[in-house]
Amino acid sequence: MAAYQTIVENGLWKQNPGVVQLLGLCPTLAVTTTMVNGLSLGIATALVMAASNASVSPVRKWIPKEIRNPVFILIIAAIVTVIDLSMNAFLHPLHIVLGIFIPLIVTNCIVLARVEAFAAKNPTLPSALDGLMMGIGLAGVLALLGGVRELVGKGTLFSGIDLVLGPEAKSLVIHVIPDYNGFLLAILPPGAFIGLACLIAVRNWAELRKTTPSPQAGGALKPAL
Amino acid sequence: MPETLLKHTASTMAIMVAFSLVGTVFLASTYLATKAPIEASEAAAKMKLFEQVLPITEHDNDLLNDFVELPAGGELNNRSVTKVYTARLAGVATAVILEAIARDGYSGDIKLLIAVRQDGSLGGVRVIAHKETPGLGDYIDIAKDNWIKSFDNLSFTMRPSEQWKVKKDGGKFDYMAGATITPRAVVNATHRALAYVEANKAILFAAHKK
Repeated sequence: MAAYQTIVENGLWKQNPGVVQLLGLCPTLAVTTTMVNGLSLGIATALVMAASNASVSPVRKWIPKEIRNPVFILIIAAIVTVIDLSMNAFLHPLHIVLGIFIPLIVTNCIVLARVEAFAAKNPTLPSALDGLMMGIGLAGVLALLGGVRELVGKGTLFSGIDLVLGPEAKSLVIHVIPDYNGFLLAILPPGAFIGLACLIAVRNWAELRKTTPSPQAGGALKPAL
Repeated sequence: MPETLLKHTASTMAIMVAFSLVGTVFLASTYLATKAPIEASEAAAKMKLFEQVLPITEHDNDLLNDFVELPAGGELNNRSVTKVYTARLAGVATAVILEAIARDGYSGDIKLLIAVRQDGSLGGVRVIAHKETPGLGDYIDIAKDNWIKSFDNLSFTMRPSEQWKVKKDGGKFDYMAGATITPRAVVNATHRALAYVEANKAILFAAHKK
């Protein structure tokens, strides 16, 4: 049981792909213009990771070492394509927004990294959990970054939620700051880098406080967030 | 020794082929299962766009399957073969919906969807795709601003051809300070499309579907 707990901790916090391993930054930076976009791509990635880890692990003993990478990529690409086609069929407006970034999950290094580093060496259940937790960890970072950028850039939260839940959900959009003129920098690519840097800083600060419970708190600066 | 190598290679190959086959079957079945829903949602998305430029009450035919193809280039200056959809009410052509491209946008092409009625008035104009500066030139997008609605119902009788310019160039169209190139491109492309439909009315509004 302790092993499962470690897997969960690693995925969500200690080895978080978004702010610790810093793998898969391309979609992290490109898609997180709103919270809904970030979370949607995050969930899609988490599904791919759980499914690819779960499919590689049971067959790992039959995959010869020499061809493991082609086989892994084949499995990942097949799963991504299935998710891409299903989203196109059942969540069409969202599919248009996320566009090329869904097929690009194949090239997201975090997926192959977890298959290679974990699923190829561990039983099915822990592998699936590892993929799911790493994916959820990434999805959390994407959603948070998207939320911060959307709030600072547009003054709203959950805009575009109607793309996922249908037109009735439009009323769920929260205009946190009324009559906000927008802060373009947050929406444009530099905002993604700055936002991610702030998230990493907050995470490191929290980690530092946890490990050094001394009064000077490791001398870390309080991030302005 | 070579025999074991050969055996090893063969078994590795067989495994790779087996995985490819399983993957192919998996993908093919998903493709077949999602094909119809994907086509349906694409058609629905297109119809929704059409409704924005031409009220649904102005046609009763199957718009998506009633089109003629225009070759690239020509008066419209389009990059590739584009479709012109004909809207009909009780069999009589009432309007055409066509795609036009403004190549002189601030950054890249601006793709427009334009509906022109039989009487030469515009149903409406919508920007389908553009790469204009966010927050500056993107007010041509209906999601950002209502500017594009200033084309609704306009015609050459209401606004003579020479006034189809932004105010800065001596025309009648509003623009926002700091982004003149973008609306200028949209106005030009719409003007060009309207003039094209006027000039080719006889062909485009042909009484019967071929």
